[in-house]
Amino acid sequence: MTLSNETLISWYKKMLHTRFFESQVDAFFAKGMIHGTTHLSIGQEAFAIGSTAALHADDLITSTHRGHGECIGKDADLNRMMAELMGKSNGYCKGKGGSMHIADLEKGNLGANGVVGGGFAIAVGAALTQQMKKTGKVVLCFFGDGASNEGSFHEALNLAAIWKLPVVFMCTNNHYGMSMSVARSTAVANIADRAASYEMPGITVDGNDPIKVYEATLAAVERARSGVGPSIVEGITYRWLGHSKSDANRYRTKEEIEAWKERCPIKAFEKYLIKSNVISQQESDEITAGAKDVIARAVEFAQQGSYPGIETLEEDVYA
Amino acid sequence: MTMALITYKEAVRQAMQEEMRRDENVFLLGEDVGVYGGAFGVSLGMVEEFGEERVRDTPISEGVIAGAAAGAAVTGLRPIAEIMFSDFITIAMDSLVNQAAKMRYMFGGKAKVPMVLRMPGGSGTGAAAQHSQSLEAWLVHVPGLKVVMPSTPYDVKGLLKTAIRDDNPVVFIETKTVYNKKGEVPEEDYVIPFGVADVKRVGRDVTVFATGVMVHRSLEAAEILAKEGIDVEVIDPRTLVPFDKETLVKSVIKTGKLIIVHEACKRGGFGGEVAAEVMESEAFDYLDAPIKRVAGKNNPIPYCMELEKSAVPQVDDIVNAVREIV
Ligand SMILES: Cc1ncc(C[n+]2csc(CCOP(=O)(O)OP(=O)(O)O)c2C)c(N)n1
Ligand SMILES: [Mg+2]
Repeated sequence: MTLSNETLISWYKKMLHTRFFESQVDAFFAKGMIHGTTHLSIGQEAFAIGSTAALHADDLITSTHRGHGECIGKDADLNRMMAELMGKSNGYCKGKGGSMHIADLEKGNLGANGVVGGGFAIAVGAALTQQMKKTGKVVLCFFGDGASNEGSFHEALNLAAIWKLPVVFMCTNNHYGMSMSVARSTAVANIADRAASYEMPGITVDGNDPIKVYEATLAAVERARSGVGPSIVEGITYRWLGHSKSDANRYRTKEEIEAWKERCPIKAFEKYLIKSNVISQQESDEITAGAKDVIARAVEFAQQGSYPGIETLEEDVYA
Repeated sequence: MTMALITYKEAVRQAMQEEMRRDENVFLLGEDVGVYGGAFGVSLGMVEEFGEERVRDTPISEGVIAGAAAGAAVTGLRPIAEIMFSDFITIAMDSLVNQAAKMRYMFGGKAKVPMVLRMPGGSGTGAAAQHSQSLEAWLVHVPGLKVVMPSTPYDVKGLLKTAIRDDNPVVFIETKTVYNKKGEVPEEDYVIPFGVADVKRVGRDVTVFATGVMVHRSLEAAEILAKEGIDVEVIDPRTLVPFDKETLVKSVIKTGKLIIVHEACKRGGFGGEVAAEVMESEAFDYLDAPIKRVAGKNNPIPYCMELEKSAVPQVDDIVNAVREIV
């Protein structure tokens, strides 16, 4: 598969945007400048960016509580993302949703979700629309390893399979659902193994390699788009930080965390891009600095926004 | 009695520990209740004492958490099941409402379902619309369920022990914003019977009936109003099912005025039920003013901190409501 340099560089930028966006959010949380909760995907950027790269601009996604990368993959405006996390009225949800509910309907992002497994059925319904209206669009349904133990996972996959809906179930397998390892929570070794129960293909790839993720997703997306039906694509990756904000990491070892940090998807991709003569080290440094600037501007934009007025409290409950 | 000053969270933990030591049939199951200690740290240290057999981490599967609790309960165990946030009871609802709540009745009184479904409820943490709801009114509506909503460390410990020893499905709603609040709790074993309200403050001018975190806000409001010469009585029902009507009716007969305060949306909230109970009682003739409800607005809980606060009653709202009525 030949991917243009331009394409590869755009992925690199998006991975950096995700990393720096979340690092900034982490720092703001530590300082009490953002309240509530947030779930950071640092270490998982390749799966979010490589997979969404396989979509057309008007395809759809459903995302999760750990969905900043998928938002960015779907070309969300970082300014409005940051503003939302700060609870500002110029944020994606007018300050009413926060990190767990960022949605960008114009760009096909049907929303992050505070309910684990909340996206399965929504994705299936969205895919039904595409099928009935013959739009040719595909839905990527992101979910975590832990989410696949919700009943709705099984109901949604079965329905998608019997109706041959244009949806691809994208499992970000970061080894844990909160403190519960996949080995403890799940009877099969890989989440993709569950595809067999629904007569759909299931593939497990290195979730830290955006190109492998892209290729697997593209094949599943093309299959879905052509009307053959759904698939599972699972990426194996790792959550570097605590489950939400921080946690005491009582359920895993420092050594394990450090070993995965050694396999940083961004560093590895940078190395690949330089080795393949896509960019030089100097260009990489410039891209990195540029990505930091983008986040700094997002912070400025967010800080300039105002908080929603009390009069907006009861607005938007009904259409 | 020797008293210890402990947090609400510690009181919940102690109740579970003491009951698990007392009765080997009692065990805890839920998401991340083991080594993680639960999302709010309520069960920290318990897996170390009781082992993974009796402090069981489950997959993220609320339907089977509640349903397995019912199945285990009907066959001789006494499970305590934790739902990480009360919002996710939606996923457990069939197991709870169609199965656990009705088994005994449907089977002609032959079954017992001694299970407790614990869950933290309420807003105030910036966690937005899917992690902040107060859904107790749904549960109150279902015959066969008991519904408990303690506000203090003393109450939560005594009521949780009663819940665990009860032979019925008990929904036990913990007030997450008071998890770290401290209070005096006896060191000896004690239980608090269901269906007995607690007069948290004695007063003569107006009765404020409040649940959960609103008990604390009402008490704060009462102190402010005391300085203005208004003497507020604060009643905490502690259990919504069974409901202690008598204590409330007696209070309203004394004060002639009733304000009901809860965090849940006003529409369809438990406050409507309480008001109707009073209207149907002998206290009706003693009412000097229409009953007032101070409750959550009829919208989902927003993320932005200021908006979130304005969605549910604050101390000032209670103070103002009292001033208007007296
Ligand atoms: C229905 C439901 N149950 C529990 C939770 C609490 N919770 C939030 S994220 C999470 C873990 C999810 O694990 P996984 O699906 O693997 O996603 P990850 O957090 O690893 O990205 C849990 C238990 C929730 N938000 N919704
Ligand atoms: Mg996970």
